[in-house]
Amino acid sequence: MSVNVRSTIVSQFEEVAREQNRKLAPLTDSLVLMDSGLDSLCFAIVVARLEDSLGYDPFSVAEDVQFPVTLGDFIKFYEDGAK
Amino acid sequence: MAQNDAGSLWDALNATAPRANRCIWAAHAWIALNELIAGSSLSGRLEDLRGRSVLILTRDQLSAAAALIQIDGVARRLVICTPDLDLAHISFVMATAEVDAVVSDQPAHLFGALIGDRFMQCSTTITPTQALRGAQLPSEWILFTSGTSGPPKMVSHSLLSLAGAIRSGGALGGALVWSTFYDIRRYGGLQIFLRALLGGGSLVLSSAEESAGDFLTRAASHGITHITGTPSHWRRALMSGAAGRIAPQYVRLSGEIADQGILDALRAVYPKAKIAHAFASTEAGVGFEVEDGLAGIPASYFGQTRNGVDMKVEDGSLRIRSTRTARRYLGAQNAALISTDGYVDTGDMLELRDGRYYFVGRRGGIINVGGLKVHPEEVEGVINQHPRVQMSLVKSRKSPVTGAVVVAEIVLKSEAGESDAARGVDTVKSEILEACHRTLAAHKVPAAIRIVPSLNVTPSGKVARPNA
Repeated sequence: MSVNVRSTIVSQFEEVAREQNRKLAPLTDSLVLMDSGLDSLCFAIVVARLEDSLGYDPFSVAEDVQFPVTLGDFIKFYEDGAK
Repeated sequence: MAQNDAGSLWDALNATAPRANRCIWAAHAWIALNELIAGSSLSGRLEDLRGRSVLILTRDQLSAAAALIQIDGVARRLVICTPDLDLAHISFVMATAEVDAVVSDQPAHLFGALIGDRFMQCSTTITPTQALRGAQLPSEWILFTSGTSGPPKMVSHSLLSLAGAIRSGGALGGALVWSTFYDIRRYGGLQIFLRALLGGGSLVLSSAEESAGDFLTRAASHGITHITGTPSHWRRALMSGAAGRIAPQYVRLSGEIADQGILDALRAVYPKAKIAHAFASTEAGVGFEVEDGLAGIPASYFGQTRNGVDMKVEDGSLRIRSTRTARRYLGAQNAALISTDGYVDTGDMLELRDGRYYFVGRRGGIINVGGLKVHPEEVEGVINQHPRVQMSLVKSRKSPVTGAVVVAEIVLKSEAGESDAARGVDTVKSEILEACHRTLAAHKVPAAIRIVPSLNVTPSGKVARPNA
């Protein structure tokens, strides 16, 4: 399950970056999202598409969500949301 | 014939010769105008309605048509109920419009105590009676605006504001047979009803119980020459595979934005027809008609009086001033319909690009993506140009990042085989996204696209929008 979530997220980052003509930084867990090369519109698109492909939106569940800071946080947030 | 200020619909028909062979056809019955002028669908009790505010509450369009022809000029008011009126709102309508008589093709007991005791039965059956008609009154026509659920908003028109100066087409132009996907109890349909009657033609009514294919087949059997509907009606007609059964001289789209995709699709099916897209609304009346086959309105339409209509753009929205706008809303709680300079604000937002104004959506329908505005209709216009797209709905989805994002639901054309369709969906999606990226700012491009089997269309023939 977790592998699936991770690879889905990574491929969405790559796809959205390509569509929006963004240069994507190497996707490591420690990568700070704001330094990834994606802007907030790109993240909004990634989140919308992950909801469609994973079938859930962890942001909609939690009250008062802290937006994840690093890519590792982001992936963990989705993995936790699946449980 | 020219519309006479003092005349009624009945007067106009009575004065028009010849009337032979002129009919109003519905799916299940028809009325010959000659018989109606010499008879009654109200059991000869027309004069009981003299000077009253009459609620026309029919299940059937044809019985409403017959009633309107007889009652205009006799009643003080004609209050025309739309077919989807919720019975829960009847008391409100009756109080607001001061109704003191109800004409219906339904049995009175269906409405219980709602409608009081001044009830008159109407039908689609014409009995030959001595038609006694006293002096004519200028009846006020009350229409419901298309739009939201809740109690209907009612606007006041006259026969003159509804019909304008309709020139005779019948005498010289041969037999005109009009038809419309609209119900004639709504502004868009009522226009065509009056145009057919006053212009010397016949009319084929649509039916809510009939498929688009069956309707078009029936319209073809009557040899329709002129036909109107919303872009959604026309998309449904194209999807039915039956659009080619009619061979109209004139095709009109109104009520929603006509994008280039639907205009081109209709041009391909009707290569010889005049294809026009028009603006008209219950409040603002008839605005303009564009006949050059292109989406949008030439900028030259603004700043000069055209066909008695002045148009301007103020705060981004289309404003219309003419003798064909409604006069006012009924009911004290409503704001003024006409501004102090005589214009009606349509609430339809326009943008000027390369010498043409394009509708971009309704004032209230804007999606806010991180502080940037998106009109769903503008995005739909781009999506609908893809050859595999039948229709689309662009709407807002909540986003934790930007507040909202734009998402699209798309119905694909069915012409490709099933397996071919399945294989091609991802390609189609990416082609649509590419087209959006080419022509739209990044925040307007759908974040997600879903292919759906169908989209809901409202009773007035428009794509159903959430929160519309």
